[in-house]
Amino acid sequence: MTAGTSAPNTAPKPPGADLPEHPDHLWRDAEPKKAYDVVIVGGGGHGLATAHYLAKLGITNVAVLEKGWLAGGNMARNTTLIRSNYLWDESAGIYERALELWEGLEEDLDYPILFSQRGVLNLAHTEQDVRDSVRRVEANKLNGIDAEWLGPDEVAKVCPIVNVSSDIRYPVQGATFQPRAGIAKHDYVAWGFARRASEAGIDIIQDCEVTGFVTGGSGADRVTGVRTTRGTIAAGTVALCAAGHTSTLLDMLGVRAPLQSHPLQALVSELLEPVHPTIVMSNAVHVYVSQAHKGELVMGAGVDSYNGYGQRGAFHVIERQMAAAVELFPVFARAHLLRSWAGIVDVTPDASPIIGHTPYENVFLNCGWGTGGFKATPGLGWAFADTLAHGRPHPLVAPFGLDRFVSGALVDEHGAAAVAH
Amino acid sequence: MQLITCPWCGPREEIEFSYGGQAGVAYPEHPASLTDEQWAHFVFFRDNPKGPFAERWSHNAGCRRWFTAVRDTRTYRFLSSPTSNPELTS
Amino acid sequence: MSRVDGYGRIDRSRTVTVTVDGTAYTGHPGDTVASVLLAHGARPQNSSVKYGRPRGIGAAWTEDPVGLVQVEEPFPEPMLLAATVEATDGLVVRGVAGQGRLAEVPDTARYDRKHTHCDVLVVGAGPAGLVAARAAARAGRSVVLVDDRSAAGGTLTGTETIDGRPSLEFVADTVAELAALGVVHLQRTTAFGHYDDGFVLALERRGESARTRQRVHRIRAGRVVVAAGAIERPIAFEDNDRPGVVLAASARDLLHRHGVLAGREVVVFTSDDAAYAAAADLADAGASVRVLDARERAPQAGRRRCEERGVPVETGTLVHGTRGEDRVTAAVVGPDRREVPCDLLLVSGGWNPAAHLASHVGGSLVYDPVIGAFRPAELPPGVTVVGAANGTFALADVLREAGGPEAPVAPAQEWPEPTLVLWRTPGDPARQFVDIARDATVADVERAVGAGMSHPEHVKRYTTIGTAHDQGKTSGIIALGIIAELTGRPIQEVGTTTARPPYTPVAFAALAGRERGDLFDPVRTTALHAWHVAAGAEFEDVGQWQRARHYPRAGEDMTAAVLRECAAVRTSVGIMDASTLGKIDVRGPDAPVLLDRLYTNLMSSLKVGRVRYGVMCGNDGMVFDDGTVLRLAEDRYLVTTTTGNAAAVLDRMEEWLQTEWPDLRVRLTSVTEQWSIAAVAGPRSRDVIGAVFPGVDVSAEAFGFTTWQDTSLDGVPVRLARISFSGELAFEVTVSSPYAPALWERLVEAGAPYGITPYGTETMHVLRAEKGYPIIGQDTDGTVSPHDLGMAWAVSTKKDDFVGKRSYARAENRNPLRKQLVSLLPTDGATKLPEGSQIVAHCDDGRLPPAPVPMLGHVTSSYHSAALARPFALALVKGGRERLGEVVHVPVGDELVAARIGESVLVDPEGARRDG
Repeated sequence: MTAGTSAPNTAPKPPGADLPEHPDHLWRDAEPKKAYDVVIVGGGGHGLATAHYLAKLGITNVAVLEKGWLAGGNMARNTTLIRSNYLWDESAGIYERALELWEGLEEDLDYPILFSQRGVLNLAHTEQDVRDSVRRVEANKLNGIDAEWLGPDEVAKVCPIVNVSSDIRYPVQGATFQPRAGIAKHDYVAWGFARRASEAGIDIIQDCEVTGFVTGGSGADRVTGVRTTRGTIAAGTVALCAAGHTSTLLDMLGVRAPLQSHPLQALVSELLEPVHPTIVMSNAVHVYVSQAHKGELVMGAGVDSYNGYGQRGAFHVIERQMAAAVELFPVFARAHLLRSWAGIVDVTPDASPIIGHTPYENVFLNCGWGTGGFKATPGLGWAFADTLAHGRPHPLVAPFGLDRFVSGALVDEHGAAAVAH
Repeated sequence: MQLITCPWCGPREEIEFSYGGQAGVAYPEHPASLTDEQWAHFVFFRDNPKGPFAERWSHNAGCRRWFTAVRDTRTYRFLSSPTSNPELTS
Repeated sequence: MSRVDGYGRIDRSRTVTVTVDGTAYTGHPGDTVASVLLAHGARPQNSSVKYGRPRGIGAAWTEDPVGLVQVEEPFPEPMLLAATVEATDGLVVRGVAGQGRLAEVPDTARYDRKHTHCDVLVVGAGPAGLVAARAAARAGRSVVLVDDRSAAGGTLTGTETIDGRPSLEFVADTVAELAALGVVHLQRTTAFGHYDDGFVLALERRGESARTRQRVHRIRAGRVVVAAGAIERPIAFEDNDRPGVVLAASARDLLHRHGVLAGREVVVFTSDDAAYAAAADLADAGASVRVLDARERAPQAGRRRCEERGVPVETGTLVHGTRGEDRVTAAVVGPDRREVPCDLLLVSGGWNPAAHLASHVGGSLVYDPVIGAFRPAELPPGVTVVGAANGTFALADVLREAGGPEAPVAPAQEWPEPTLVLWRTPGDPARQFVDIARDATVADVERAVGAGMSHPEHVKRYTTIGTAHDQGKTSGIIALGIIAELTGRPIQEVGTTTARPPYTPVAFAALAGRERGDLFDPVRTTALHAWHVAAGAEFEDVGQWQRARHYPRAGEDMTAAVLRECAAVRTSVGIMDASTLGKIDVRGPDAPVLLDRLYTNLMSSLKVGRVRYGVMCGNDGMVFDDGTVLRLAEDRYLVTTTTGNAAAVLDRMEEWLQTEWPDLRVRLTSVTEQWSIAAVAGPRSRDVIGAVFPGVDVSAEAFGFTTWQDTSLDGVPVRLARISFSGELAFEVTVSSPYAPALWERLVEAGAPYGITPYGTETMHVLRAEKGYPIIGQDTDGTVSPHDLGMAWAVSTKKDDFVGKRSYARAENRNPLRKQLVSLLPTDGATKLPEGSQIVAHCDDGRLPPAPVPMLGHVTSSYHSAALARPFALALVKGGRERLGEVVHVPVGDELVAARIGESVLVDPEGARRDG
């Protein structure tokens, strides 16, 4: 870059200098063709990852339809936490597979996604938090997931800025720690998948909103195509990866799923010198925070209580979040809220996703990730691509079928006091 | 943060209310006679429209009474005056 | 010194000293750090975030993309604009190289919130805001007026005329009139966020020495009038990031507010009329000024004013770049790249309406090619935008638009010349900075577009334009213009990124307000709290309650204290404060019907005077809460709930009652706070109760288990109930809370001969666990049915229906591998299994198989038992009741601890002790 060379620069390297350069070409903005073997509805992280892994299986006559700008929904709005320390075997399976893929994703995508394994602390503030935390740590270990239980002093060693003294309302009793957890740069991940998929010949089609489905033909339980704002597209298989907008698509198909879409807010501070070496989450004192590469603190706030598609939430949620942040991290007092925003999360009754068959034999569902979608991205893409290729749920996603709400075999992640987000 | 009109107390801050989801989902008269699927739909499945939505609210930090209102989930704006008619609040 | 006599609203009679990058500078009250520095011809030692290039001060207010400082004294605060930090004596700041620094010690300053309701909120006290507020106040509306600067007036400098008077006189008169009309007028107060239904957040900076440093005003307004002005737009040219390149109106602002002439040799590069005022004013103040107008024609009035002052005006002339090292020494002008020496290069490319607050609530914007900017289009109900924020820039028009019928008048602008919309001038795109804050150039935008990105959000994310502390206040529109150029699409079609709160950065602590420490969440204590404290209790948080956990004596740890407390209850008598239990008064002729529907067992058959344990489930059939139910009368029950769930249970009962069964004649009242409960437990409890209540026949025959009686003590009503959560003979003594301390003292006194021992929640947990009684939320997790807990006996088979019943017929509920509550006894008789431990099948070789290892369940409760003289645990185990007697392994650290599965009731399974 010429701008950099024109000025004398003897000072230490500024923090922004280490950010990677992006490739000169990312993806081809395709015009829709008349027909595809697979049509993926939703050009977010999950849709793009699914496309990438389909290409690896040799399936490239694929379209990814995005109603707005690519990866502009929750992928562009999440707080980029990656971890796999979930309680139940079913959840641990898919999230741990995802984490394994995250660990090789930079090479796989040949894209600097800024994946940084800095560990996550899930704080415990009450005796019951401690029990639940130990339970999760022990389950993680038996599932082969790195996890340990830390006392308050050890918490302070991992993250010195956490207030572990007893002078706060809900003192820290300890924390679970997953060292392999981390963060990555959400946009870069999406663009990396998009670039790979596009290179493989998959069509990425933006500004293409699905307005209906064509059913019938060989049987009433098949969908033969999707109607879009850019014309009707015939489809061999349809994969729904629309997160908060899934219900709208399912309504077009006359299929019901137990999904509720809520605003979920997040925020960032200005760029700060490194103070926060890990990720900290707390349910009781609701906060989760990491410090991104450029130096900004990235925080998630709570889910707004009501259904909403507005990509904005209420301010009292942010205020509460700030109170929690300053309570747990007194040094954050004069950090500044720079920007807040909201995504739309699709929440299920058991806080676990819904993946698999629909009543239409060639339409597959992937939704209900709530706050967990980003961290699952490569794992879901990998398992969902396999699901689409073979026309049956991959074993890792099989426990998450829609039928579990009928049988009662829920994967109850919030009931088990696991940590959201 | 919105101002929500409680049919008994008038407009109040959003934080005084708790959300009850879709309105008009009545408890089945004879649960035992339902199939597992019908029962699952009652327990777990709720509409999730992008647009007007009839939903239940409780003025939890006020008069503690439930009411039904129609709200647009895109704009968050309340479209109808909330109703206190208990027939409609189930 | 560049301070000019006769200019500025500073107090020259006093001085303040601020230290910037180690050098002390003298300024005056009314100065900002930026004005002090510029008065001394200095700049903060900043360098840019990516290339390390020097950075100066680029503007006089919040739109400055570069002039950041780190405050060090009086208290560290990161990343503030020098232009917005008021100069106070002793202030120490330094330049910033990309990142701010947080203090290492807690901030002890106080922050708070204030709620305000008004008919009209006016944001901005410039000409538009002042007359809008005046019009509303004169019409009898209650009005709040907020403005982010230290004094009202906005861009008015005093050189303008309003109603035939100097503009600042008009401002002073209007401010006085607003005060007389009762308008709440707050300066130094930034409206930073706008939410639904007229809800606006405004941050008031009250000063470092104020009791409250900053206050967030939470304003609910019937109408929000956005009169926030406009932000001057720069033009990108080569090396436009060099210190000394400043927005034209900012130089004028510095002169008129602070009496600072930011340069002596000034080049004004403009494509707009407004910069002529800056040229004239700076010339009047003694600067040598030259105007380069990108347009082919200069505005008549502006040219005349320049001619009067000997300021040359060249039209059709573009600045292509700058020269200099740490600051600009020349402008590079025209295609022949001639160098025009200068120490200040002012730039004006027109104005962007600051309509952010309208966008926060979903107001739409439309691109206006005449002004080269987006202006408000459709507004949500209750929102008005006036003046420059609405794209109305001429003062006469602004006053008319904002003031209504009584609007003041200003002379019309003579022969204005249309703005030339110019995003950049010809030159090397790699040296033309679009977002100076982010070191992002035109070349970066070109690369992004070349990579296939066409949406501004993509370009923003690829280049990071608009993501710095200023959130793209000056750079956003230029980026859009260049994207439009590069993609050959109209700007309107390219679209914008969305303005999100906050308008300017707000400290976390200000938003946290006073919700810190004990005020973070209310602390609830019982009427007996002081006694527990005096008795040396250790407390635990249970929900918002603080409960005595145990009462250690000197030298005792918790284990020892709990063993002692347990032994006292099992052998003599103990006393516990059970007041935190939720209590709900259920009253009305249909109360029995309601409770039959909500509890899994029958409550209608409960006789008056009796008590029954009950379990409440959700529709999913999983245990939600449990507690005792006392029938007080045919139409009245007292329901108790777990401590943490009291509010949730009442909420759920109300929900069912109001929304499903409004026909039931029942009223629910929380009486948790009204009644305090002392649990007196142990074989000598009868003696204690008998001594305190001599009029009550406490014999087993006269006062049977699960019955209650009302009595009184010194005329105070008291309720006695024979309820036991320990398996021992026990009484619960209930009294109105104000009398609880006196009653408690009497019980303790009466128990003294038996060594009555206060016990806490931990002992209570051990005693109940020895009896296999679950704690909801500890031994359950929302996935456990009453049957799983071995409580089929508490699930009525007589009732047609109750909440949750239908779910028991689902496939999963008949799964023989459901987890069931059992006891777990470590076979070594010595190891206390950590709560939360997972359980695996017995590993015959003494080693865990490789992961993943199938898990059978987990330890929910685990204690040392005085009664059993050994540790024991409760656990949820898959098919647990089919495995009684089986030995399993529990990984603890690197060890495998063998434990035998048993019945959940370990002490007195026959129930022989409950009657004493």
